Amino acid sequence: MIEAFLTNYNYFITIFLMSAGLYIVVARGNMVKKLVGVALFQSSVYLLYLSPAKILGGTPPILAEGFDVYANPLPHVLILTAIVVGVATLALGLALVVRINEAYGTIEEDEIFAEGEDLQNDAKTPRVEGEL
Amino acid sequence: MRLDVILRVITKLLLPFMVMFAFYVHFHGEFSPGGGFQAGVIIAAAVVFHALMFGLYPTQRMLPPWVVEMLVPLGVFIYVVVGIVTMMLGENFLGYNPLHPTKPYYGQERGIIWIEVGVLVTVASTMVAIFYAFAGRGRKP
Amino acid sequence: MAETLINTILLTLLALTTIGVVRTRNLFSVVILAGIYSFLIASVMMVLDAVDVAMTEASVGAGISTVLLLSVLYLTKTHESVPIRTPLLPLFVAFGVGAMLIYGTVDLPPFGSAEQPINQHVGPDYLERSIPDTKVPNVVTTVLASYRGFDTLGETAVVFTAGIGVLMLLRRRKKKQDDEGGED
Repeated sequence: MIEAFLTNYNYFITIFLMSAGLYIVVARGNMVKKLVGVALFQSSVYLLYLSPAKILGGTPPILAEGFDVYANPLPHVLILTAIVVGVATLALGLALVVRINEAYGTIEEDEIFAEGEDLQNDAKTPRVEGEL
Repeated sequence: MRLDVILRVITKLLLPFMVMFAFYVHFHGEFSPGGGFQAGVIIAAAVVFHALMFGLYPTQRMLPPWVVEMLVPLGVFIYVVVGIVTMMLGENFLGYNPLHPTKPYYGQERGIIWIEVGVLVTVASTMVAIFYAFAGRGRKP
Repeated sequence: MAETLINTILLTLLALTTIGVVRTRNLFSVVILAGIYSFLIASVMMVLDAVDVAMTEASVGAGISTVLLLSVLYLTKTHESVPIRTPLLPLFVAFGVGAMLIYGTVDLPPFGSAEQPINQHVGPDYLERSIPDTKVPNVVTTVLASYRGFDTLGETAVVFTAGIGVLMLLRRRKKKQDDEGGED
């Protein structure tokens, strides 16, 4: 039982990281922390792809004399692309956070929703001098 | 004497080695871990290091923002030009075999190095441009 | 034996760092913990024999990501507000997803075996064809640049698009002024 738990430890930690990243994105209202949660979630997916590619008793996939068993190179290539795309998405998300902060004065979700409701309530009731 | 003399001297000594290491990682990417992405990010890290130590405006005098913005599409352009050259030489798009007249595997090596140059230029200049955009936002223009 | 021990310790440290990221409310600490997390993930990738990926994750995740997050913290604020309501529903969702995925790991092939379907068809084929076709020993570079070169073109285009997006959102038109030579 402990043996089975320790051999598949990679997968259990991957699932824990995935759940933690999902929890941060859904439960926290601060936008910078949500983006850090998305980065955490993406890292757990990298671990999920790289764990089956390892072969016990093998070596990194660089061909050399004297080695027979190499790790599988195909998931490495996919994850290389995914890492660079992930950092590009993070940069774009952070640029949007900076602009939201300049437009609304805050980066907390609750306060932005409350301000949006205030603006809606102001638009429904006309002012005293007949402006709309 | 300013208080950060040690940091400035060490930065000036360290920056050429960082850029040299980036080019080593790029060209040696066929025999050891490396390649275009890692080299581009190391060059961007060297520029960010210079900006952290000496200030944003001296760095922008050394590497002006319009140069960086011109370099961003240049990498994708190099990549696509390699593909079109191989198409004109008779193979499919991005088939590197005809790049060398007699031996196809030397053509493959040439093709790999050229497209990694394209990837290096785009990744390095994009990271530097993003850093300039973020760091220049809080200051008066 | 030593490799399993190193693997287990690194993964446990990773889980502890994640708990720190979830619970901390000071955003500066969250950014530093995210940098530590990137370094630990790079070490785990080294133990899993993925050396190219470890180098990319260490330079990109712990270098550029940390710098960008710190510059955004300088432009906004550094503390997260206290949440208004208790997050019971997200906790249930996270636990439910985790439990279903743990139930799914029962069917997985054993860790590190060479008879898995993922290690059977295309991977060993690339390992055998790399030296006769291209004479380049690093198989990850040949697969990235030669066998799957079209995907790398798409990835470069994605980086280029993200750079243009950030420039369109954040670039300022510089007015011609004479007092911009100051050092910071």
